[in-house]
Amino acid sequence: MKKMFMNRTKQLEGDIDEYLDKVTVSSLIFLEGIKSYLNQDTKRFETQYENITKLESEADNIRRNIKYKLYTNMLIPESRGDVLGLLETMDNVVDTAEKAIEQFSIEKPDIPKFLHKDFLLLAELSSKSVEEVVKGARSFFKEINLVNDFINKVHYYEHEADNVEEILKRNVFNSEEITRFSKKVHLRYFAEKIALVSDVAEEVAERLAVYAIKRQI
Amino acid sequence: MLKILFFLSSGLFLGWSLGANDAANIFGTAVGTKMIRFKLAALICSVFIIIGAVVSGAGASHTLGKLGAINELGGAFIVALAAAITVLWMTKSGLPVSTSQAIVGAIIGWNFFSHNPTSISSLSKIVGTWIFSPILSAVFSFIIFFIVKGVVEKSKIHLIRLDFYTRIGLIIVGAFGAYSLGANNIANVMGVFTSSSPFHNMSVGSLFQLSSIQQLFLLGGIAIAVGVFTYSKKVMMTVGKGIFKLSPISAFVAVSASSLVLFVFASQGLKYFLISHGLPSFPLVPVSSSQSIVGAVLGISIAKGGRNINWRMLGKISSGWVITPIAAAILSYFSLFFMQNVFMMNV
Repeated sequence: MKKMFMNRTKQLEGDIDEYLDKVTVSSLIFLEGIKSYLNQDTKRFETQYENITKLESEADNIRRNIKYKLYTNMLIPESRGDVLGLLETMDNVVDTAEKAIEQFSIEKPDIPKFLHKDFLLLAELSSKSVEEVVKGARSFFKEINLVNDFINKVHYYEHEADNVEEILKRNVFNSEEITRFSKKVHLRYFAEKIALVSDVAEEVAERLAVYAIKRQI
Repeated sequence: MLKILFFLSSGLFLGWSLGANDAANIFGTAVGTKMIRFKLAALICSVFIIIGAVVSGAGASHTLGKLGAINELGGAFIVALAAAITVLWMTKSGLPVSTSQAIVGAIIGWNFFSHNPTSISSLSKIVGTWIFSPILSAVFSFIIFFIVKGVVEKSKIHLIRLDFYTRIGLIIVGAFGAYSLGANNIANVMGVFTSSSPFHNMSVGSLFQLSSIQQLFLLGGIAIAVGVFTYSKKVMMTVGKGIFKLSPISAFVAVSASSLVLFVFASQGLKYFLISHGLPSFPLVPVSSSQSIVGAVLGISIAKGGRNINWRMLGKISSGWVITPIAAAILSYFSLFFMQNVFMMNV
């Protein structure tokens, strides 16, 4: 009985770890995807788009599996709701990253060379914020004292991303190189899409902060 | 036999209400937060209460016997009944109540009625213990809290595994708590009957003997167990969600602390050990598991920085501590008068 219980426990721990791994990888693919797009490496970009789509559905399955196990095995009754809330908002991060890449693949925005640096920086900051929020989630499970450090980093990266987003938009709308208004709006839309990833990561961080307080012994 | 059972019935009734109320102090949070299923909790609780009562119940009963040696079954019946009614009435009014205080009050009522001098030294020992036990419990839980917190934080256990260990911890500490409750509180239920015990020593096989008093305690233990199974679920659900909202880990701390307190005031072994090493020993006195748990919760609150202490609630609980013995004493006095003059029974 004890062994059975222990096995289930270990399995679930593994599932949660695997899920968080998927989230991290998705943020890395998101960044690489944007890099490939900016470098006009279409083939590589499309593979990354495929990968992130696959990853998104895999993460979904793992999350559902965790939810099922938590409820059927009556585990962590106290923090069950919090854990599921955490994983569900985490899912939004993957979704948002995937949707951004998808939009690139569909709409193929024409990004002028002088904006590449800003777009890349924005994508890096968004990706960073996701990495940190995943670390925060990991420490929520194992080392509650460290959660705040990671949350602070998420806030920092999100704030930086906001700044870069604003600069990028100003550069777009002040630019004389881009003549058509529709193109300006189009570029603004993509800047917002990329920055949205960091916003969603921050939402997860906000929740994590509350859950961590609740878990203090 | 029927007559004996009739007279014991008030004690059994008191045992039933003790089981219904006090099991929640041990397993309330664990069951209320769904960490342990009620059936498992009730089973562990009953088994260990009975073991504690039979094995280690004598010490605290002895102290009650010194307070008032009730030597007639009729008197014992009324004393236990007065205590039981007080407990029931207090429970109905939503006040946390202690069977220990009810029975001591009722015994004092008997002393007054039968013009027996109340042993001041026994009484002061008992009352002193009542005041001391929640404080001791608070100190214990304060210390245990920091130990548990340190261990959990240092060991970096995964939340899911921590949940597993917490369940095991709650079961172990619950079993210990039930044992201590049985050992300490059986005196309340059956203590008044010990001088007039109708049973004879009996040997089961050639393996062990059950003295007449142990048989009495076994019966009382079973009555408590019935209380646990029939009525404690409701109380557990209120404890788990209502008065003190504890997390499973703080429940582990609180139950450990209060079980230790019940244990130190019931264990003859510990007493002899301390005395033989020239250390100050604890008097063997029935204390209240409810007060103990209140003390333990207070200890945790203080350890957490003392922010969310509900002083009004504490005031309400403390008032119950004063009302209970007085009400039981008065009720016992008048019932004895009634029993002697209307039913012409020796009390």
